Amino acid sequence: MTGSAAIRKPARLASEIAIAGEEAVCDQGGALYFPALKLLAVSDLHLEKGSAFARRGMLMPPYDTAATLLALQAVIARYEPRIVVSLGDSFHDDWGSERLPAVFRERLISLMAGRDWFWVAGNHDPKPPVDLPGTTVQELAVGAVRFRHEPSRAAEPGEVAGHLHPCARIVQRAKSVRRRCFATDGSRMIMPAFGAYTGSLNILDRAYAGLFAQERLMAHMLGDSGIFPIARSMLRPG
Amino acid sequence: MAEIITVGGGAKPHITILESEERVPWAGHQARYAIPEVYKAIKDHRTTLLFVNTRSQAELLFQELWRVNEDSLPIALHHGSLDVAQRRRVEKAMETNSLRAIVATSTLDLGIDWGDVDLVVHVGAPKGASRLAQRIGRSNHRMDEPSRAILVPANRFEVLECRAALDANYLGAQDTPPLVDGALDVLAQHVLGCACCEAFDAAALFEEVRSAEPYARLDRATFDRVIDFVATGGYALRTYERYAKIRKNKDGKWRISNPHVAQQYRLNVGTIIEQPYLTLRYARSGRGMAGRGGPALGKIEEGFIETLEPGDTFIFAGKVLRLEGIRETEAFVSNAAGSDPRIPVYAGGKFPLSTYLADQVRGMLADPSRWKALPDQVADWLRIQEEKSVLPRKGDLLVETFPRGQRYYMVCYPFEGRLAHQTLGMLLTRRLERMGGKPLGFVATDYSLAAWALGDVGHMIKRGKLSLAELFDEDMLGDDLEAWLADSWLLKRSFRACATIGGLIEKRHPGKEKTGRQMTVSADLIYDVLRSHEPDHILLQATRADAAAGLLDVRRLAEALSRIQGRIVHKDLERISPLAVPIMLEIGKERVKGEAHDSLLEEAASLFDEAALVEEAMGG
Repeated sequence: MTGSAAIRKPARLASEIAIAGEEAVCDQGGALYFPALKLLAVSDLHLEKGSAFARRGMLMPPYDTAATLLALQAVIARYEPRIVVSLGDSFHDDWGSERLPAVFRERLISLMAGRDWFWVAGNHDPKPPVDLPGTTVQELAVGAVRFRHEPSRAAEPGEVAGHLHPCARIVQRAKSVRRRCFATDGSRMIMPAFGAYTGSLNILDRAYAGLFAQERLMAHMLGDSGIFPIARSMLRPG
Repeated sequence: MAEIITVGGGAKPHITILESEERVPWAGHQARYAIPEVYKAIKDHRTTLLFVNTRSQAELLFQELWRVNEDSLPIALHHGSLDVAQRRRVEKAMETNSLRAIVATSTLDLGIDWGDVDLVVHVGAPKGASRLAQRIGRSNHRMDEPSRAILVPANRFEVLECRAALDANYLGAQDTPPLVDGALDVLAQHVLGCACCEAFDAAALFEEVRSAEPYARLDRATFDRVIDFVATGGYALRTYERYAKIRKNKDGKWRISNPHVAQQYRLNVGTIIEQPYLTLRYARSGRGMAGRGGPALGKIEEGFIETLEPGDTFIFAGKVLRLEGIRETEAFVSNAAGSDPRIPVYAGGKFPLSTYLADQVRGMLADPSRWKALPDQVADWLRIQEEKSVLPRKGDLLVETFPRGQRYYMVCYPFEGRLAHQTLGMLLTRRLERMGGKPLGFVATDYSLAAWALGDVGHMIKRGKLSLAELFDEDMLGDDLEAWLADSWLLKRSFRACATIGGLIEKRHPGKEKTGRQMTVSADLIYDVLRSHEPDHILLQATRADAAAGLLDVRRLAEALSRIQGRIVHKDLERISPLAVPIMLEIGKERVKGEAHDSLLEEAASLFDEAALVEEAMGG
């Protein structure tokens, strides 16, 4: 049982992979780091999702931004990147950056200090964030990789995208485990959602149809103690 | 205020326990043995009302009666799972006296007084003296004529319980369970509802709320936190002032911020969260194929599934199943390879044995002079127990240990009801694991709890390697309970209900209703974030109180653990005792119907053969 062997290995905090030849590290926290480029990518932060619901009368705990920023702070401290790319849907809606409480705005700005920061436009936040530094772009090409929010339907070697909130499920020793994951076939990468209130969609769902070369598809699943690369043959829908 | 008028006297009810020619079963809840006698009683009366404790019992009894219904007497069925239209038809038929018998659950307990009922038959134990009185009161409302009722115990412990309930009925004892303190999520909904009607003054509303008994002990600080929760979510991080649902005006009264709030309130009002049952479905239909579309096995109580973790195995429909996970209103399972299901399904009712009746049953066990009132076979059973093991004195807890097959068993008899026993079982097996007893599983009934292990627990206790006082120590309700709750879905489920009732999550928006899946996912994420950032939030406080009072019955367990301190009697036996037979049969129940090719199940079935168990326990 190859999958169980993978699970039982001592937990790794990061998976080393290559996307279109560019070496990268899938971090356990859900961020992607390119050592040669000193570039860290995170996707679908959905900051201020709680307050977006509060506007409509559902007073969800206003701690999702705090939780997300804490996690972001941790990965930035781990890699000290020179460039940070937030891969779209950074805010849950166009007014999210306006609603951002001052304490979080300051925390975010201090994380951004001394780095090149790119906000890739997403479907939730097509406009640049208000009163925050950083550069808003539709897409961004660095080295062999190209960052954009929504994966393109055509074959696109080197594309790193988000939007779909991938997760994967395995059944092992008759136990089922469902976790957020990085999905890659070595040519394209779809990143997991980083935000605290974000749900997820199984990578075997038809929304992913045609995006990957199935025989090379790997899911790097985010466990509690580490990250686990799982082959396509081990994956279960649902 | 209306005055309560107490009327003295009246005819004493005429209640009997069915004395069957047949053998009273050791375990189970069906009372099949008594069907011919029950049918005869129906024939001998004008209209009979038959009460059972659960819907499945109602279905079964109804089927069994029709199987023997040679005279085609009009016998009907009435319970909560049935379509409303069908229930109304049955009630109509009852009003016009066109039925001879009706099989019913608690849906007919209270307040329905129709038809010319001259006999009430209670199949299974009534679980409480007050409940029995209510049900018997459904027959014959004339003060000067006695109500007539027959109790039909389904197993031997139920004989004791019926006897105790009957004695209590003659004594006029009342044992309605104590009121639970009013839930804070319900209060939150009420506060918003008041604001939707008209502006309210907080002090006046507080006094009004406190005039209701469940909230009589509510303090003003908590009440104010509830108002704060309704207004802005009540978070320490005060960022939602501008989205407040209710606001305090210049006149000091609270009113809703906009008409939209009232509209949302009306769409979501209600404190009953539907979904007590989950559909059991196979997660995999074949090798390597997973999916949502596996065949459904039936419905199972949500409350039972909630206490399991993925990977736990249990018995359902004669199969050993392993829980894979819960999604929406479905529980996904696979066929389990092992032959030791961790927590078998309990087939009994939801009402726990009342504290009063439990006390009476313990008293009866301890006092041989009261056995004369019991059927001979039941009295014999107790006498042989005394000979082979011991009968605990009234305040004592008997713990028996014995080997059987490849396992070592530990059985105890707290008589505190299934919920408290199930919580105890969860905590006890955790502790037994830590103490090196290698527990494999447990089963709980209303009367007793049996755990089985790979380690020789009896030997460990005798050699002083395992202390029963430590195992049953009250401190299990501290860290162990917390640790178990952290792993279980129970709190997340309770949270979803509290968040919905409290208005944090809305069930319905104009024009669209959220699916269960969306609700479950978002509630779980909210729970995780809130728990890590504001563990003392009022909604989490409500969630813990809800779980402790409901599914866990923590108060009952706490009282029991405190009662038995220093009063645990251990009996290490070479073989199963007579008193342990009923719960050992619960372990074995339903396994007999396992799939033919599964040799492990066959083995398990023969291991729990009733005749062999009884012979071993009672024989020379």
